[in-house]
Parts: sequence; C-alpha cells; structure tokens
Amino acid sequence: MADTVTLKGQAAHAAASRLTPGPQGKKPRPMFSPRNIMVYGALIFAAAYYLLPLYVMVVTSLKGMPEIRLGNIFSPPLEITFEPWVKAWSSACTGLNCDGLSRGFWNSVRITIPSTIVSIAIASVNGYALANWRFKGADLFFTILIVGAFIPYQVMIYPIVIVLREMGLYGSLTGLIIVHTIFGMPILTLLFRNYFTSLPEELFKAARVDGAGFWTIYFKIMLPMSLPIFVVAMILQVTGIWNDFLFGVVFTRPEYYPMTVQLNNIVNSVQGVKEYNVNMAATILTGAVPLIVYFVSGRLFVRGIAAGAVKG
Amino acid sequence: MTGQANAGRPNQLLRNLHSKIASIPMILTAVVIFLGGTLWTVFYSFTNSKLLPRLSFVGLDQYERLWAAPRWLISIQNLAIYGVFSLIFSLVIGFLLAALMDQKIRFENAFRTIFLYPFALSFIVTGLVWQWILNPEFGVQSVVRSLGWSSFTFDPLYNSNIVIYGILIAALWQGTGLVMCLMLAGLRGIDEDIWKAARVDGIPMWKTYVLIIIPMMRAVFITTLVIIASGIVRVYDLVVAQTSGGPGISSEVPAKYVYDYMFQAQNLGQGFAASTMMLITVAIIIVPWAYLEFGGRKRG
Amino acid sequence: MNNNSVSVRDLSLSFGAVTVLETLNLDIKDGEFLVLLGSSGCGKSTLLNCIAGLLDVSDGQIFIKDRNVTWEEPKDRGIGMVFQSYALYPQMTVEGNLSFGLKVAKLPQAEIDKRVARAAEILQIQPLLKRKPSELSGGQRQRVAIGRALVRDVDVFLFDEPLSNLDAKLRSELRVEIKRLHQSLKNTMIYVTHDQIEALTLADRIAVMKSGVIQQLADPMTIYNMPENLFVAGFIGSPSMNFFRGEIKDRGGRKVVEINGVDFAMDAYPARGPLEAGRKVVLGVRPEHVKVDEPGAEIHDAVVDIEEPMGADNLLWLKLAGQTISVRIAGSRRYAPGKALQLSFDMSMASVFDAVTENRI
Repeated sequence: MADTVTLKGQAAHAAASRLTPGPQGKKPRPMFSPRNIMVYGALIFAAAYYLLPLYVMVVTSLKGMPEIRLGNIFSPPLEITFEPWVKAWSSACTGLNCDGLSRGFWNSVRITIPSTIVSIAIASVNGYALANWRFKGADLFFTILIVGAFIPYQVMIYPIVIVLREMGLYGSLTGLIIVHTIFGMPILTLLFRNYFTSLPEELFKAARVDGAGFWTIYFKIMLPMSLPIFVVAMILQVTGIWNDFLFGVVFTRPEYYPMTVQLNNIVNSVQGVKEYNVNMAATILTGAVPLIVYFVSGRLFVRGIAAGAVKG
Repeated sequence: MTGQANAGRPNQLLRNLHSKIASIPMILTAVVIFLGGTLWTVFYSFTNSKLLPRLSFVGLDQYERLWAAPRWLISIQNLAIYGVFSLIFSLVIGFLLAALMDQKIRFENAFRTIFLYPFALSFIVTGLVWQWILNPEFGVQSVVRSLGWSSFTFDPLYNSNIVIYGILIAALWQGTGLVMCLMLAGLRGIDEDIWKAARVDGIPMWKTYVLIIIPMMRAVFITTLVIIASGIVRVYDLVVAQTSGGPGISSEVPAKYVYDYMFQAQNLGQGFAASTMMLITVAIIIVPWAYLEFGGRKRG
Repeated sequence: MNNNSVSVRDLSLSFGAVTVLETLNLDIKDGEFLVLLGSSGCGKSTLLNCIAGLLDVSDGQIFIKDRNVTWEEPKDRGIGMVFQSYALYPQMTVEGNLSFGLKVAKLPQAEIDKRVARAAEILQIQPLLKRKPSELSGGQRQRVAIGRALVRDVDVFLFDEPLSNLDAKLRSELRVEIKRLHQSLKNTMIYVTHDQIEALTLADRIAVMKSGVIQQLADPMTIYNMPENLFVAGFIGSPSMNFFRGEIKDRGGRKVVEINGVDFAMDAYPARGPLEAGRKVVLGVRPEHVKVDEPGAEIHDAVVDIEEPMGADNLLWLKLAGQTISVRIAGSRRYAPGKALQLSFDMSMASVFDAVTENRI
C-alpha cells in the first residue's frame, strides 16, 4: 500500500486519502543515528591512526632542525623548507659516500624493472603449462614450489650464495635479478595457473582443433585475454621487489645496494648528528614508488595482495 | 581395417615437449633451490662450518650451542611474544575494521585506501617512521609531557623490557590493512540471505556476527592465520630498521640471528642450525594446516 | 572397406582408478547424424573428446575415414568441433575467429577468404564479420562457432552440447538450423546432448549412454517405442514411462501380469520370447498409451488425483493398483480431481522388462 504514496500529483493525493493514520511512507532515518555515529566515529578514529605516521613523516621532512628540536612532532611546520628533501636525494651520507639516495633509487630501478619482467615472463609460461599442458610430475614440482613459498628465506639463502658464486654472479645485478625471479616464482606461478585455469577450457580445446600449438595458443589466445592478471602481477612484483631489503643486502655489493638498504644505512648510521628532517624526507622518497603504484592501481592492488599475501 | 596405427606411438618423454621445456625454470627452482637448498642447509647444520662450509660433522653440537646462547633464547622469547600478540591483535582489529566497512557505509573506497596503504610500504620505511614517532626525546612521550603530564613515560624502543611491543605497534600498523581486506572479502562472500534470515528472526547484529558469521568464515580465518603466522617467523627488516636488535640484544629475532651468524660472525654452522630451527617452527604451523586443508583430498 | 565415417574400437579410458569408458565400440556411417545422449557424467562428452583427440585414450583405437587417428593431433583428424560455451576467441573479430585455424595451417589468403565467405553465407553471418564476439547475441555466437567448424572443410562435425547455453526459444530455432545444415551438407555429425528432445528431433540414430556404456543404439522411434532396458525406458519421455512391478501369471492359457492383485492381459504385447509364469517383471506404459473412458479389451477403475492442463495436452495423475500413474489425453478433455474413470492400456505399445536383468523381454 505504501508504494502508492510515491505517485505524483493528484493520484498521490487520492491514494493518500485512503490511508489510515499512523506510520506511512518512507521510514525516517536520521543522518546522526547512534548507529551511524558509532560506525563512522570508529572508522574515522582508525583512519586517523593509520594516517598519522604519513602526516608525521611529511611535516617533519618540511621543518628545519631547530624547529624540530623545539616543537612537537605533530605540529605543522612554521616555516616550510625543502632543504631536507634536496639533501636526502643528493648529499646524505652512508658511510663514506655522500651522494644521497639518488644512487639507491637508480639501483632499485635497475633491479626492479628487469626482475619484474623476467619473473613475470617465466612464471606466466609456467602457470600456462600447469593449467593447460599438464605432464606427468608437473603437479609434484608445483607442490614443492608452493610449499617452498612457506620456507623461511634464511634457510635457502646460503645455498643460493654458493650457486651464484659458482656461476660468477654473486654480488652482481644479474644475480639479484635471478634471486627475485626465484622467490617470486611460487606466488606468480600460482597466480597465473589459477587465472589460466579459470579461463574456459573449451577455448583451449577449440584452439587445438584449429591446429594451434603450445606457443601459438600462449601468444595468440591466452596473452591477449590476460592483461588484468599481468597488471596484478606487475603491481605485486614492483612493490615487492622495490621494498625488498634482505636480498639486497645479501646478494649485492655496496655499489648496487637498492634504495631500502641505503635508506637504512643513512638513517641508522651512527656517525654525525642525527638529521631527523632529512631522514624523514629520505623515508618518504623510498616509500614513494610503491605508494604511487598503490594509489594509481586501486582495486587491482587489493587483488594482487590478496593473491600475494602468502609472500608475507 | 588394418588395426595398425599409421603414426608411431609418440615417445613418452617427447610428449608435451614444449610444456616440459617451458617448465624447466620451475623445475630447477623447486628441486635445486627449494628442495636441494633446504636439505643442504639442514645437512650442514650438523657440521662445524665457520667461514666456509666444511664437511666435518659435530652431531648436534651446533644445536646445543644454539640453545645455550642467551641471544637465541631472547630471540625465541621475542618471537613468541610478538607472534602471539600480533596474531591476536591483527585478527581482532582486522575483523572489527572489516565488520565496520561492511555496514554499507559511504566513502568505503577512501577508508579502504587509508587502511591498506601502509601495506604498500616496506618494513624499512615502517620501522623508521615508528622509530621517529616513538622517539622519547621528540615523539609521543615528549608531546604528552609538554601537555603538562611531565611524568609520562612511553619509550618502548629504549626500554629493553617492552621494546618488542614497540615493534609490534609498527607491525600492526603495517599489516592489519591486509587482514581487513581478507576478512572483508570473506564477509562479502557470505550469502545476503543469512543476514535477512537473522533480521527476520530478530537476532541482534553482534550476536549474528559471533554466532553465525564468524563460524561461517572459518576457512578465511585459517588462511589469514597461516599468512600472518608465516610472516611472523620471517620478521627481520622491521627489527633491523627500528631497533637494530637493541637496546643491547633485547629485540633480537631468529631471522636476524641467522643473518648475523652467516654473514657477519662468520659462523655458518650456527646460522644453519638457527635457520633449521626456523624451518621447524614453520613446519609446526604449516603441516597441521596443510593436513586439515588438503588431508582428505588427493594432492594437486 | 565399408562406409563408416567414424569407428571406435574397444575404447577404454580411465583416470587413475576411475574408469570413464570401458571397451566401447561404435560405428558411425558416412553422412549420419548420431546423437550421444545421457545425463551428466555418463561419459558422452568424454567419448566426443576422445574422438576429437583432446583426450588421450587408455586403450583401443579410433578410425576416421578408415584412417587410424588414435595418436593423431586434433588438427590432423579431419574434424571440426562446436562447444557449449561457443569458445570464441574474445579478442578476435568474427572473421578472425573463422580464419584463425586456417592461418595457423598457413593456407593461402585467397583460399581463406573464399572459405570464410562461404561459411558466412551458409550461416547468414556476413554482417557480423567485423564484430567482436562480445557484441553478439548467444544465437549469433553459436552460429559463428558452427562457422569455425565449417571453414575447416572437414568430413566430421563434433557438437558438444551446442545449444545448452541458449534460452528455450533460441534453442528450438538453432535446432532446426542445425538439422537444415546437416541436410544440405550431408556431413557426418556427432552430437552430444542431455536433452532428449534434441536427440529425438535431430538424430538419425541415438546412442543412449550410462556409466560409460552404450545402453542402446537405434533410431529415435525404436529408442522411444522399444527401449532395450529399464534405464533407456525411464530416461526417454516426459513425463516418464509408468512402471509397475509384478509377476507373470498363467490364467488358463492366457498370460497376464499381476500387479497388486490386478491382472493386465498380455495378449497384445509383442514379446521376444515365451513369457514364463512366475517371472518377476516390470511393466512399462507411456502416458499417451493409456486410454481413458474408451471401450477396450480390459477396463480398470481409477480415480483422478491431480489434473495438469498444459494447453495442447492434459496430464492426469491417477490412482491405479495402489500407485500413481500419469496419463496424457487431449487438452480439450477435462477431469476434476476425485472423479472416477475407466482406463485401459495399449499393450501393443507397452514394454516389459525382466525385474532382475532389467532387459526387455
């Protein structure tokens, strides 16, 4: 009966007149009901907690050292200065070198781009083979690979050092790229295998009846259909590799140290006076790349981490 | 008909040849690195390798030394405290946030973006930010003191009794967004009709969550638990950035013990023994889960 | 040697311990439309995939056009295949979909164009050639999928439930079109479905399958009227055939089936052998072979339980000899529930099965 009230004009009047007194029409819902206040209050409080460190980082990096010593870390800068940013980028010291984070940034770029490409190329073909061209024993190797994803890296690091040393790659960028490819393989292979398995099998059968083989089907049929999953894998790898610290320390020489390692060396170096504003600027600079990837990719990032969560 | 095949039966090894060639990197990784590397490390943990791996067996000596070392005992204790609290708090906070997000709220995307962004940051960045916020001279402690409460003390990173909780705060900030996301996906996976039925039956919302929804999300909880747990065992970068194990050795963790003994103290045997202990810890977490999850089913 | 288009010899297939097909034999004549009919999991799609070469057989042989293709790749078998989900390549246009296989086979462009144009003409999809599959309706997609089999210029077409994803109206339209296609092309067609209407309307012969075994292989009318066993009898027909458990009795030289104390005379039944008294049997009568309120040799009393008018037909559910039976009568004849009526069975169209072996006697 209440539906008729929504009719416009005379019809509505005529209909309304037939209603008995009492509740009618749209149920009133106040904007500030206790429930809403509780839900939004809690969410906003939590959001403030999560945003606080980002805020502190930014304001600290824009203050001069005298202001930091006097004021509190939450107060906005009285006098904005970009000096700490410049210093963090180009002249902060790590041990003997004083050329700032820029070197680490470019090292990370040189590590991340090829590692991402190589690991995704290999894992996508692996996943495709596992999903569509299973052979005897394939499942066993895949099981070992997935179980391996849970083994602490520390257990496998030293054998890899030996293997790389034998190949003459220990300490080189190539060596580190191989390491990232190895440790990215379980999760990426799983990601691609599940994706290719989810594609209709009949499509694959149709292509085989059409006479297409392993590589033709991969390049002509599968690849063009899989753009989203490649983007997910890329997000996963770019953030993961950029954020890596352990492999950077273990497998490269100091001149190839990635940005995270350099950042840690700058901030935690014991020599000299602590320059907190420079430290925070350097921290933001290091976090910038994954943050930009995160904000740009939005929902795809969520999908990526849900899949990549095993990576811890 | 002749009954004879006009094409010879293809060689079994050559069947699916392209697929096998394409899988060589995976096979090598699985067998040589994951399986071989693990066995190698376990094997060499029974030797007294120092600077270089040597095949001189000393039985369980390395393990006896390990469990007699105060630094290892502190590492294990820290890992236990950190692990238990981080499991409890990430599950509780993550679920609460997910439940709040699931109330058909506005700006859901904005809130999710805020809760999740720390997860995009590295542990190094996380550790350094919280090192700064928890700095007693300038951070939270000094701000509260300047508000007039001059005896206020909150300096977890400089107090060896509670330093591990300082690391916990940073870890929770970084990781709960992920837990929220997994939980939210679980909540969204629950049939809308369950909620309608509960509403018609007049069951209060919190009771619906506790009695109906959470039991239905068992699988999500277990998966999340395994993910958090295997991350806990690996905790390394965060400690290095935030405290470098200090003050003294009071915030050491096993992963750092392994690294330091392998690459700095040049005592490989100790490093191998410690990493084998980490492997056992992970096995204790993973094996029951894998058994529950895949035990009944055929593998693959 | 003979005019068989496809021959399956002692074919077996098992996945680990599970046997899906067991020593199956099947000969399909040149130009024949054969339907593999069965419920899901009966092995009909598996058999089709084996013929296509998409599954490796465990044992046995497959011949297409007298050539042993058991170990051949799908593309070398001279087959075209149409799938339930259409399986069109989403990133290619209709034209791209039709020509993909020909391009892989490195045919000259002129030949490709010629074949695509011919297929498009036959299926009347010329206006769609430049579109992507996502811009097509379900019916159009399935036409393109059929076109992809057409351009291959092959002798044998395999259909894997091609109409199951379509709604009822489109399904009957395309069914007619497939029949027309077969009449004009005269290719061999092997068609898998779980839909008995499709099977009865399309097939030259139907192979009814259950648990990897062909239960009966015959033309549609034989399958419908003279089912070989209890399973085929129950599977075909809607509503299902009425079954009565009883025993053969000798009443002074006349054979009857006694069901819950009621006798049904078997004089008119075309039995294959002698009906021995004392044999436990199942009598099966289709709903349309029950006569209501018509003079007959043997009249039984029954009461209307439920009436389901369906327009052209009227379906009655009656109580007879302690069980419920369905009866199909003309839609114009109406009976209210509770009404008593008299019915008789058309025994010449009935089926009798051994209660133990479940085979027709």
